[in-house]
Order: sequence, then C-alpha cells, then structure tokens
Amino acid sequence: MTREQVWEYAPAPESRDVARLKPAYRMFVDGEFVDGTGEPLKTVNPATEEVLAEVGTASPADVDRAVRAARRAHDRMWGRMPGAERAKYLFRIARLVQERARELAVLETLDNGKPIRESRDVDVPLVAAHFFHHAGWADKLAYAGYGPDPRPLGVAGQVIPWNFPLLMAAWKIAPALACGNTVVLKPAETTPLSALVLAEICQQADLPPGVVNIVPGAGDVGAELVNHPGVNKVAFTGSTEVGKLIQRAVAGTGKKLTLELGGKAANVVFDDAPLDQAVEGIVNGIFFNQGHVCCAGSRLLVQESVADELLETLRRRVSTLRVGDPLDKNTDVGAINSAEQLARIRELAESGDAEGARRWTSPCPLPDKGFFFAPTVFSEVQQSMRIAREEIFGPVLAVLTFRTPDEAVAKANNTPYGLSAGIWTEKGSRILWMAQRLRAGVVWANTFNRFDPSAPFGGYRESGFGREGGRAGLEAYLDV
Amino acid sequence: MSEQRVAVAKTYKLYVGGAFSRSESGRSYPVTGARGEFLAHAAQASRKDARDAVSAARKAFPGWSGATAYNRGQVLYRVAELMEGRRDQFLAEVSAAEGTNGRRVQSLVDAAIDRWVWYAGWTDKIATVLGSANPVAGPYFCFSVPEPTGVVAILAPQSSSLLGLVSVLAPVLAAGNTAVVVASQDRPLPAVTLAEVLATSDVPGGVVNLLTGRTAELSPWLASHADVNAIDLTGAPAPLRTELERTAAGTVKRVLRAPASEPDWTRTPDITRLRAFVETKTVWHPMGA
Repeated sequence: MTREQVWEYAPAPESRDVARLKPAYRMFVDGEFVDGTGEPLKTVNPATEEVLAEVGTASPADVDRAVRAARRAHDRMWGRMPGAERAKYLFRIARLVQERARELAVLETLDNGKPIRESRDVDVPLVAAHFFHHAGWADKLAYAGYGPDPRPLGVAGQVIPWNFPLLMAAWKIAPALACGNTVVLKPAETTPLSALVLAEICQQADLPPGVVNIVPGAGDVGAELVNHPGVNKVAFTGSTEVGKLIQRAVAGTGKKLTLELGGKAANVVFDDAPLDQAVEGIVNGIFFNQGHVCCAGSRLLVQESVADELLETLRRRVSTLRVGDPLDKNTDVGAINSAEQLARIRELAESGDAEGARRWTSPCPLPDKGFFFAPTVFSEVQQSMRIAREEIFGPVLAVLTFRTPDEAVAKANNTPYGLSAGIWTEKGSRILWMAQRLRAGVVWANTFNRFDPSAPFGGYRESGFGREGGRAGLEAYLDV
Repeated sequence: MSEQRVAVAKTYKLYVGGAFSRSESGRSYPVTGARGEFLAHAAQASRKDARDAVSAARKAFPGWSGATAYNRGQVLYRVAELMEGRRDQFLAEVSAAEGTNGRRVQSLVDAAIDRWVWYAGWTDKIATVLGSANPVAGPYFCFSVPEPTGVVAILAPQSSSLLGLVSVLAPVLAAGNTAVVVASQDRPLPAVTLAEVLATSDVPGGVVNLLTGRTAELSPWLASHADVNAIDLTGAPAPLRTELERTAAGTVKRVLRAPASEPDWTRTPDITRLRAFVETKTVWHPMGA
C-alpha cells in the first residue's frame, strides 16, 4: 500500500560541485599533506555506490611519524603556548568552518549519506560551535575547577566513527587543543574526507605543524595509534565491542582513556504526553541520521493505555518521511553508511521477525541504487529480544509497553548501556523523578537528540566513561 | 595475690549486608603484628563471599544514592563521632598492625577520624562544585549533575590499615556509591573494627561490605563482576594491576589506577577521589510559554 502524499515535492538537490571533491586525498602529518605508505582506500558515496575519491592510508611507520610530530609540537611549542594564543587558533578554525560550511556539509553528505538538511543544519554548525566554545576555554582553564594551573596530557590518539565524521573530529580535537594537547586523529575508514578538509582548514588557520595530524585507515591504523607508546591519552568513540578491546589494550600503560560507546536508549512516553509532540520526538530520536546515532531513542516505551493511539499516529507520521537522495534538501532519511552496516541492520531486523515481534515498514519508495533501509517499527517487542537489547544503529524502532512509572524505570534501565534516555510527559515532577532514576548520561525531557558544546555528553555503564563538552569535558584532556 | 583478669578476645569477621559473618568457605588466616607476634585470626573471604558482598552493595544502592545529601553528610559525620569514642581501641590496633607508637599513631587515628568529617561536609557540595547549568544555544533549560557511579570495589591500601582505608572509602560513600572493600591483607584488624563502627552508626547495612583475605584471590572476581561499576586498584598487588585493569574492561568499569607507591595519607585530600566515582548526567528540557 502506498500512502498518497499530501504534497508532491520537486527534487531540490544541492550541487555536488560545492564539495570541491578531489580525485585523491592524502594524510596530514606535521602540517603537510603527504603520501601515506599504507594501502590506499576508496571511499564510496553510500547513496550511489560510486567511488568518490581515493584516500591514502597510514602504515605503522606513518602513525609513528605522526605521533612524533605531535610530540615535538606539544613539547616545543603548543603545550607551552599561552592559552590566549592557543585560543586564537581555535577561534580561527571556528570561523573558517563557518566560511566553508556549505562545502563541508555537501562533502559530509556525499561521503556519509546523511541528508544535506542535517549536515547543513546540525553537523557543521555544531562543529563551528564546538571550536568556538573550546577556544574560549584555552586561557580560562584555571577557572574550570581542576586546580590553579591544570596541565595538558601531551599527545592524544583519537579514533572516531563514521556517523558524524566531522562533528566527532571537532568533539575530539577542540577540547584537546584548548587544553594544550596535540592530536593524532584517525577518521573512520568509510568517511575520511571531511576530517582531511578540516586538516586543510588547520593549515589555513596557520596552526603550527604537528598540532593536528590526521591518519586515515581502517581498524589496524586505529590499533597502531592506540598502542603507540608515545601517546599519553586515548579517546575513542565507537562500538562498545571495540571500546572494550581498547580499554584492555590501554590497561597497564598509564594512558588516560575516555570512551564514548554504544547505547540502547529508552524513550519513555507517558499517557499524559502531548502525542503529536511526542511522535515528532520519537521520529527525531530514531530516524535522525538514519538511526546511526549512539544515543538514538531506539527503544520506545509507551504507557499501555495510549500505545495503540500512539502507534497509529507514529506510523502515519513515519510514512511521510522521505527516504532517498541525501543531497536533496527535502530528504528526511538518507543512505545507510555502508553495505556492511546495511547487512547488520537487515540481520537484526530479521531476528525481530524470528523472535515474534510485529514488523511495520514505511511504504516509502526507495532508490534503486545505494544502501537504503526503509524506516521500520517493531511492536509487541519483549525485553528478551535481540532488537530490544542490541544496538541496531539503523532506522529501526523497537516498541515496548509499560503500566506504571516504576515499570518504565525498570525497563529503561534493563540494559548494560546507559548513554541517553527520553521522557515525554506534561507532569514536571514526574520528569524530574524519572530523570533522577534513569541510569543514563543524557536525559532529554520532551525533546530528543539535542547537542551543544556547553552540555556534557557521555555514558553510564557500558556506554563508556568520560564526558565531551562543557567544563566536565575538559577533564579528559587535563592531567588531573 | 592479685588476680590477673583474662581479656575477652575478639573474633574478627567479615561484614556483609550489615551482618558479621565468617567466610562461607570456613577459612581463616593468622594475622601477626608488626613485630611478628600473633594478633588474631581473620576470616579469609572466598569468591562466594565477594559475590554476596556485591549483591548486598547493589541492594543498598537505591537507598543510599537516593538519600538526601544532608542525610548522607550526617551519617558520615556520625561515623567520626563513633570512631572518636573508640579512639583508644583504634590506637592499639593500628599500633599493633603498623608498629607505630606515640604521637605518630595518634596522628594517624586522628586524621582518620577527621577525614570522615571532611568528606561528611562534602556530600551536599559535590553537585554544586561538579555540576553546571549549561548555557546551550537554544530554548532549552539544560543542567548537569554528578551522580554516584554505583557499586565500587575498593582494594584498600596495604600499608595504612586505617587512615588509608578511610581515605579511599569515605569519598566513595560521600558521593553516594556503595562499596565492597577488600581490607589490607596483612593488616586487616583495624578495618574490621571500623566495620563495627559502621554497623553501630547510621550507615545502612550493605552500603559498606568489608572482606578480609587474600587480595590477589578476591580482586579478579571483583574486577570481572558485571554488577560492579568501578574498581579502585590502590591496594592491588603490583604484579596484578595490569591484569585487573584488563579484566575490568570486560564490562567497561571505571578504574582508579594504583599510584606507583602508596601515597602519604596524612596529606589533606583533594576532590580527585570524589570525581573518580561520579557520572555526569545532563538533562534537557525545552522552554516555552
């Protein structure tokens, strides 16, 4: 059954020329773009499966070179530079990101598959904001509550995921630099391009050589970086599975570690919630960025008395989501980032069928090419099912019900994860009561998926430790 | 001929879930003083005792973490009050365990008592100092608060039998966590007496669970236990530290690493240990009329 659209939309594609795509990209070490001696990779547009560019990758020797460059830069200059001077470089970077915002947004959408509306309105503005916010910290660290003269750690090795490639680079680089560290960052294998353009921005900002180094590659490059003895600090955003491996690898080395890992957030809707607003929040919670969000509201807990009504409204709303060309400004849900991720989403969705959940799939048309997965809602989900326990990292929502607030809390917390949670109710006291009991690092009440550089972000339990953003986030990059 | 009164010797037990018990394994081990003299037998806790202690700590967590900061502060202050009343006993036990006498041992016991007072005063300031109102760029009210991490396993310092123990335990409790403590292996007796103080103060049963025994035997079970959220390796034997940290990675535990050598516990503490066992929670709500 195809639902009649209320309006027909003419395609409104953003021009891909804006991305100034180059046929080849090189790694960035010691202030220069150089040929990596690893096996080059080809990065693909997940919406079309066409190769976008060839990207040089780092060999172990290249990682070593990058770490040495970062060490020199830290010891000789960046670590000693007055904070007020470091700040000015970060402000410059923030401004350059704003100036090249459109280019970065289009490039991000091409490489990642996320809708241009999101890369343009969320990712890139938050990148600039993150640099701007942390620039201001650089000469105010004495006021952050970590003593009168908190010192940097040294060289930070940072490994980031593919779901917000540029934003995660900003979340890692901005606080590290503000605190006086230098960085070697490994972008994700499938989304290396925007980090390399950020490297170009560092050049344009005249950032001293070695302060930021970008080493593209796969997991082996990340492992090389994490295990490098010249690294003082390891920061990782990615899966809990890999996070555990990194925590094991770092054990006994004395390296400071922060981990921002997976999640299986409960989004809890009470019977007094304004249903239309809640539905918008649920949609934003799980379909934002194709559900490739560690804090996605992937478990919907609905109070039983309103479950049928809410599900009906939700399905109607999800049916209107436009899935397709990420460059089209009307697109709501873009491409799944890789064939591998698509296969994983399909496999988990099939487990939902096999375990007896009821699958509903949006009747939206899907493009013929590229990696796409139609928005999917599973109802009649039990807590024991894999779709209720495992992070799907895709546009798949699992719906469970509850009767009492206590049951909602128990179900929400019944997971080894603890990154985020949502609450929908008109009752203020219940919001605060719930917010206190949910074991999650970020709680969104009557909203979802909001981010800001001044608001600490990070998990409880197996969603990792350490915070990014705000005063709390500085601890990760200071020797305190 | 004056009759010499025979003292009543104490049986040193584990303290789990608010009750004093022998090890379920039936094991005990002799504890000797600094000059090698026999002092007493201590219970040698087993893996099962460690698991029971974790269960008790988990059970006590909602109540203790949910208590008001004012209440927790008063409860911790009360520990200091009761320790003061047993000051002579602590002087004797610490002296026997550590071989220190006179003013030195007095200063250690006094500092241990004062440390409870210091941390008692922190309970209702942690959120003020570590929390924040976040000026986000949008129509939202956004704030961050520190919350207790959960169940914390503490490998207490091996040398400083009382002051070291209090210095690692009090911040964990002040922040609202519950604890499973493995006392100094060779100097466990002051720890058991501290447990007796805790039992008769207002600290609810299960908030502190104290095990005596072999640190090397008990610590791997605590490092791997899925219901332990954090582990303090301060008293971990040096050869085991890396392996314990690796084991802790299995459930992404927060790990407070051991310093290279045991710190000077008489120094005034800072808030590092409070920060180590809290999680920052950020809450958002829209603003609008």
